[in-house]
Amino acid sequence: MPKHTTLWVGTRKGMFALRADARRRAWKLVGPQFLGHVIHHVVQDPREPRVVLAAAKTGHLGPTVFRSTDRGRTWTEARRPPAFRKANEGETLRAVDAVFWLTAGHASERGTWYAGTSPAGLFRSDDGGETWEPVAGFNDHPMHATWIQGPGSPIGQLLHSVRIDPRDARHLYLGVSSGGVFESTDGGGDWRPLNAGCAADFLPDPDPQYGHDTHCLDVHPTHPDRLYQQNHCGIYRLDRPGERWTRIGAGMPRRVGDIGFPIVLHPTDPDRAWVFPMDGTSVWPRTSPEGKPAVYTTADGGRTWRRLDRGLPRKQGWLTVLRQAMCADGDVKKLGLYFGTTSGEIWASRNEGQSWACVARHLPQVFSVTAGV
Amino acid sequence: MSTTLDTVRTRVASPLRSYTDGRPVVEACGATVREVLADLDRRYPGMRFRMIDEQDRVRTHIRLYVDTAPVESLDHRVERGQTLHLICALSGG
Repeated sequence: MPKHTTLWVGTRKGMFALRADARRRAWKLVGPQFLGHVIHHVVQDPREPRVVLAAAKTGHLGPTVFRSTDRGRTWTEARRPPAFRKANEGETLRAVDAVFWLTAGHASERGTWYAGTSPAGLFRSDDGGETWEPVAGFNDHPMHATWIQGPGSPIGQLLHSVRIDPRDARHLYLGVSSGGVFESTDGGGDWRPLNAGCAADFLPDPDPQYGHDTHCLDVHPTHPDRLYQQNHCGIYRLDRPGERWTRIGAGMPRRVGDIGFPIVLHPTDPDRAWVFPMDGTSVWPRTSPEGKPAVYTTADGGRTWRRLDRGLPRKQGWLTVLRQAMCADGDVKKLGLYFGTTSGEIWASRNEGQSWACVARHLPQVFSVTAGV
Repeated sequence: MSTTLDTVRTRVASPLRSYTDGRPVVEACGATVREVLADLDRRYPGMRFRMIDEQDRVRTHIRLYVDTAPVESLDHRVERGQTLHLICALSGG
């Protein structure tokens, strides 16, 4: 059991931390730091926990990355934040509008990080986030402009869910909204779409190779042949070396559906996952269906799902949980689960989602909640 | 590159003052806005990229003026005694 749990909270108007001791009963809210900054993601380095990175911009100022090497007490700005290469004559001018996603690199590659941006770009740092280089294999892939089209999310195309096969630092996955899931087996030099079986009912082609709206993708850390995905159309699972995703959200209640943003995996059991469904009917309110928020969980790889709503509002709870705003901590015996809402609340469960308590409220719109130590 | 690097007074909007130790007015050298911004970035590392993107475009909510003249190009000339204004324009609630 970890001695401490820290939740790093990125919001539309700054960064916060919530700290608890091992029992995770009482939480202390710390912050804000970077008040007024748009903080899309805060990630603590599992390889070197003193290092924390935060993806930031402000309403006026361009995107950057802040780095802490003392667990969030002090911060310095990246010397060279993620930026596309200078466009050649005749090329579309691409500029990073927001650093949206951060992933610590493979355990064997200390100091390596990946960043996903809006518009959809992949960037890599090999010096702990101090300087960033474009991953040309993705950003300049001849198919990039074909794979990734349309406006994407309300804040533009988003590259997110950069995942690394724990057995092989060169085996990468990522998700794009919208574009779908892409895979590289050579450290990012070349990429290919990996979307067969996923619906994209907003496209005319019933079974396209790309163009899907992947909301959140994860690779199981101890069983890395198992992938899960929450996308715009449903919940999916893929067991490699298979190539075709299976929709596993069909077992969700019809009135709830299987649309949502986040999906969280159990750290050791590949059959267990948690989602936070949202209303994707009619004009897509993207709130809790019927105003009754609930987490749903599966313990059998998505064949069946169980509702977990004890402690959550019984009615008139119109919560939205964005893709980075739900996570699990590292307590494999009694997993802690957490989510943050766009209405500025942080909810915590010390018992794998069986019951929930609100541990912070009145925060700005929550963009991300990640667990650290 | 200019041969005479004039010192230009630069007024810094509040969102950028974390780079200038809180100072609202700083000095930088250059004969064009591009050169002044480069010098500012040497003195206050990281400041330029928050205003100017990687394709050398002024970001959406940033406005630059030399005295009262809006800057349409980074090659806009500046002279000793003029003031470069780094303005953060409205960006919502």
